Amino acid sequence: MANQKHGRADASALDVQAIRRDFPILSREVHGKPLVYLDNAATSQKPRQVIQALVDYYERYNANIHRGVHTLAEEATDAYEGVRRKAARFIGADGPDEIVFTRNTTESLNLVAYTWAADNIGPGDEIVITTMEHHSNIVPWQWVAQRQGATLKWIEFGPDGTIDLADVERLVTPKTKLVSMVHMSNVLGTINPVREVARIAHARGALMLVDGAQSVPHLPVNLADLDCDFLAFSSHKMLGPTGVGVLWGRRAILEQMRPFLGGGEMIESVAREETTYNVLPWKYEAGTPNIGDVIAFGAALNYLSALGLDRVRAHEIELATYALDRLGGVPGVTVYGPRNASQRGGVVAFTVEGIHPHDLAQVADYDGIALRAGHHCCQVLASTLEIPGTARASFYIYNTPQEVDALVGAVEAARDIFSTEVSVSVAR
Amino acid sequence: MSLDDLYKETILDHYQHPRNRGQLENPDVATRGHNPLCGDEVLLAVKMEGDVIKDIAFGGRGCSISQASASMMTEGVKGHQLGEATALAGSFKELMTGSGSADGLEGNEDLEALQGVRKFPVRVKCALLPWTALLEVIERWQSATSQAAKA
Repeated sequence: MANQKHGRADASALDVQAIRRDFPILSREVHGKPLVYLDNAATSQKPRQVIQALVDYYERYNANIHRGVHTLAEEATDAYEGVRRKAARFIGADGPDEIVFTRNTTESLNLVAYTWAADNIGPGDEIVITTMEHHSNIVPWQWVAQRQGATLKWIEFGPDGTIDLADVERLVTPKTKLVSMVHMSNVLGTINPVREVARIAHARGALMLVDGAQSVPHLPVNLADLDCDFLAFSSHKMLGPTGVGVLWGRRAILEQMRPFLGGGEMIESVAREETTYNVLPWKYEAGTPNIGDVIAFGAALNYLSALGLDRVRAHEIELATYALDRLGGVPGVTVYGPRNASQRGGVVAFTVEGIHPHDLAQVADYDGIALRAGHHCCQVLASTLEIPGTARASFYIYNTPQEVDALVGAVEAARDIFSTEVSVSVAR
Repeated sequence: MSLDDLYKETILDHYQHPRNRGQLENPDVATRGHNPLCGDEVLLAVKMEGDVIKDIAFGGRGCSISQASASMMTEGVKGHQLGEATALAGSFKELMTGSGSADGLEGNEDLEALQGVRKFPVRVKCALLPWTALLEVIERWQSATSQAAKA
């Protein structure tokens, strides 16, 4: 068990070398160099415990859940529902019935848009979001606003990549029905004061939705601290498989909302005249869910819980601080987001003068470094900063300061390629 | 595969010293080529004289490959007839996504320097972006002139 190996009782730093041995992919090479995986904000790698959980399920107890009376169905149902309980504990939910499994964060956000928002937002109402949102926390609300005659309002971020609560106070009005905000920006790394924003939202009678896609994998997130009404996050960014997302909602709200997709599992009874719906959380889980991947997500939750999210956070503060320091020392490099690591997560977006982010990522790839380049699904953010995009390094539990050094080496190599004054002269 | 295959001196030269970069006053046709996946953008404007591309200019933002390709493209078609420009675009596409042959480029060494992009499949769309914009400009011009002829 990771618990014993990494020693939860020991409050010191993560044993990164032991962690790395749990991730088979980290032993591969890319272009003849050891893989340096710095694209964790896009998706994390998976430890063998997660991969093994998938293998065990398909080799030993693959069955459809909830309806079967045979042994395999019972084992699969127990495992699946056990992960729901784990996920509830992981974020401090009131109970497993508040945990809805979806495909991903995007689907979780859309679920709220198509159910709660469909019945609770009308003409003249307001939805408030920020300009640092991912497209998945913009587009569904644009649609709701268009369909239902509501207004979408934007909280801007300042030069340091943080929002001003005074803006929130001003923009959130009694007409506001929903404030939807990213907890940790996938570009700026900013950790937003969602608790304070939730307090403002609630004071005006609005609900608060938190996009936790980047925060739940990397920070200790407890619903008691957030005071929000919905929280959305994904398995695949926190060591689990793709294809599993979570929507947490307050029980009283989930109970009142209309169902999302119609079909099997979500019903209580179906007659010619009328259909009644299942209780929480199955009311929102129509059809056969992603059983195997949910079960493997449980192994990811175990793994992270054994490490301790406080130690994960401390490790990433250390890496982010080091990366900000090293990258900031390279001429021509601009780093975005808060300078203070306590206000940000392990996501470091930057640009290099005269080098397009894609070219930078290309040079880095040649050194075996997986770096993301582009707008990172945040075009509103990019246009606010008036840049076409950034390169982004994002860290996780298995990254090391030596990998930050490798990144800085790649940035310097790119500068060498692009700063060489070319000798070939072509007639203008 | 080496990075040198991609970042050849000729390409870096066009990226850092782009030819025909800027704007045209009163262009006859203009368009915006855009790759929504990576955000590369090429703004293209042409002045026509009969069937000949009298002047051409490009703007926009993007990676070295898209911007160098745009610079080379403008040099390759400026002063040429539309038919020749279309043929050159076809030859360039053949180089990038077809047989890989540079035969149709008629010894345009700058364009041949982009041949190495083939080894980096993700970047092929960067190299093609300005050429797609060129074909759109040509199509728009031809459809506008044919409508004018009918009227």
